[in-house]
Amino acid sequence: MATATGEVGVIAGIAARFRSCPVTGLKVDLAAERLIKANAVAAVVFLAIGGILGLLVALTRWPAVHLLDADSFYLVLTAHGLNVLLFWIIFFEIAVLYFASAVLLNCRLATPQLAWLGFVLMVVGALLTNWAVLQGDSTVMFTSYVPLKASPNFYLGLILFAVGALIGCAVFFGTLVIAREERTYEGSVPLVTFGAITAAIIAVFTIASGAIILIPTWLWSLGYIAHIDSLMYKLVWWGMGHSSQQINVSAHVAVWYAIAGLLLGAKPLSEKVSRTAFFLYILFLQLACAHHLLVEPSLSAEWKVFNTSYALYLAVLGSLIHGMTVPGSIEAAQRRNGYTRGIFEWLRKAPWANPAFSAMFMSLVFFGVIGGISGVVLGTEQLNIMMHNTLYVPGHFHGTVVTGTTLAFMGLTYLVLPLIFRRRVVWPTLAKWQPYLFGIGAAGISLFMLGAGTLGVSRRHWDITFSDALLTFDYAPAAHLMLGLNGIFAILAAVGGALYVIITVATVLFGEKVDEKNALAAIGPIPTRVAETGSSKNVAEHGSEGLFHLPGTYVLITVFFAAFVLYYFVNWKYLSELWPMS
Amino acid sequence: MALQSPENRLWWREPIARGELMWIIIAFLWGLFMFFMMIYWHLEGKQNLSPESYRVDPENYLARAEAWAEKYKIGEEGDTGYPVVAPPPGGDAYIVARTFEWWPVLQLERGQSYRLHLSSLDVQHGFSLQPVNMNIQVHPGLEHIITITPIESGVFSIVCNEYCGLGHHVMTGRIRVVEPGQGGAALPGQGG
Repeated sequence: MATATGEVGVIAGIAARFRSCPVTGLKVDLAAERLIKANAVAAVVFLAIGGILGLLVALTRWPAVHLLDADSFYLVLTAHGLNVLLFWIIFFEIAVLYFASAVLLNCRLATPQLAWLGFVLMVVGALLTNWAVLQGDSTVMFTSYVPLKASPNFYLGLILFAVGALIGCAVFFGTLVIAREERTYEGSVPLVTFGAITAAIIAVFTIASGAIILIPTWLWSLGYIAHIDSLMYKLVWWGMGHSSQQINVSAHVAVWYAIAGLLLGAKPLSEKVSRTAFFLYILFLQLACAHHLLVEPSLSAEWKVFNTSYALYLAVLGSLIHGMTVPGSIEAAQRRNGYTRGIFEWLRKAPWANPAFSAMFMSLVFFGVIGGISGVVLGTEQLNIMMHNTLYVPGHFHGTVVTGTTLAFMGLTYLVLPLIFRRRVVWPTLAKWQPYLFGIGAAGISLFMLGAGTLGVSRRHWDITFSDALLTFDYAPAAHLMLGLNGIFAILAAVGGALYVIITVATVLFGEKVDEKNALAAIGPIPTRVAETGSSKNVAEHGSEGLFHLPGTYVLITVFFAAFVLYYFVNWKYLSELWPMS
Repeated sequence: MALQSPENRLWWREPIARGELMWIIIAFLWGLFMFFMMIYWHLEGKQNLSPESYRVDPENYLARAEAWAEKYKIGEEGDTGYPVVAPPPGGDAYIVARTFEWWPVLQLERGQSYRLHLSSLDVQHGFSLQPVNMNIQVHPGLEHIITITPIESGVFSIVCNEYCGLGHHVMTGRIRVVEPGQGGAALPGQGG
């Protein structure tokens, strides 16, 4: 029955066709599989476009190169943000939602026709917005703050895209209902599906916020509404803009658990803790539109403090928990596999040659250290005044969205290719190096933008030497160095990104077919189980307290926490030296 | 594993391991600390953004700023044509943001406080005082009043750090800070 298709689960005259996966034993609905493929392919196409645009931005910021003219720079920057931050990530997330529902729950996908409608709407919307930007009259940046006005098609494209994504979420929820009705799984849904549910709930909130503000703004651009308040726009828009990044966090944390599970057999240390951490996301991550409004007039400090901290940093607590339980579950799995010597044998002998693992682990580390710490500092009410709208902001979110989300999704791709596309990854040596090139490149981009931002360099700025300005100014020389290094690491990341796209496309087109005979080999190197030693028995099954001992994870988390606390206080020190104001 | 339903159907009854619980408690307390740190700084810190702001008609704002500049103007900034305005210590200081300039040039005294008014006449702009690195968002239709106290003398630049159109990168302004008692004196170092 390995790859054969058969008819199973006939409900109300709808026949779903399945195959069974030779590696995981899961039943795969063929309609879901086709949709996962379509969304993943669209995602990679938009990543390729957005990635090239990003390289152009970085090469223009590099003072010695200064590639584009001003008009093209702002246009390209607008398009870069839209293509990578929205289109690449959300297409991929829709694929993840279909995978986490239909595939993981052994279920048929609800209403595949509707899912295709959503897909078409997303493609049409993405193309329409891109077309509007290319016309040159919609250079308003990703955020399109009113009263800057784009052409109506810019907003219409985004609205169509959002409706398509909303349909994708509805199909996901529908599939969960079917799985429950048809009892395709036992007990509770898997943790990865739980993470996907978190992402989808946040997505619905996000898309609703987007609709509330983008529909009136579209009507305003058409002339039917006279005025959109700039502060109200910003407040509601960030209900979409920031919350949509929380979809990414939930999705890529789910992907971390999925990759660790597939490659190492890792189990969550405690289902209860990991699920509670996701639940904290649902409750509190939707806040945080204030992150972009901390130095705005007319909003009260009370609201800013409450909103920016996600209540009492309760969503940050969720991430801090995952930051411990994900490496902890890997350590437990590796110790169970027999790698029990010293504190770090489990980490040294992890499958670093498997691109899915290296991408996942770098995503975990960079997201926490670069994106996480900088995000908390940036989102602290008073500290924000030293960083608002400087390059610190893109430095932070390249840490979260590029080294975090994008890298995790790249890692997952190396498992999606053999398991869903059923093609063996071509050029395994190149694939082995790809996550390192991209990850280190993207980490460099983030760090050097954080550095330039600390020196005050403005984001979204074509010329940091102000050569055409009447009142001249120049940033500190170190800022030029930072932006030069940013350019060099952007090239590194672009090489890694290009390799990803080429390997993926070549694998889909020419990769060796995967069947039950070579399926296990096709997912790349995984750790071999070494002989049971006495101490490996100390690692218990998940959830049983007191038995497992994870010294490596405790060391990692201690180092992380020390860096976090130190950096936090250094910034308060800087703030205290600023001009007094009240 | 995480891709399958929990083996133990009563997973919510499983106890949490001690190390994990410790980390949750530490992380929670750290969150509480960071939350109260912001409140503490409102009480004890000297760098808190004023919430004082008013709805304002851009034309009205410009008229007030121009009348104020006329009153306290002490000269021009080099050959740029920008007036240099030196308000009395403790008094109001206006900055008008519009595509693509910060108007006028201010001259302040070190150690003195001023009520700085910020508003935009057209789109949003970003008031970024360099190299101090103080960044405040400026909206059209909202007048934001912040009491600031320069603590160092010198020539400081205002950069626009909110994208405001194709001339965004030429939008600069200037604040001069002179030693106490020298306000209204001859302009130091013309141009720049």
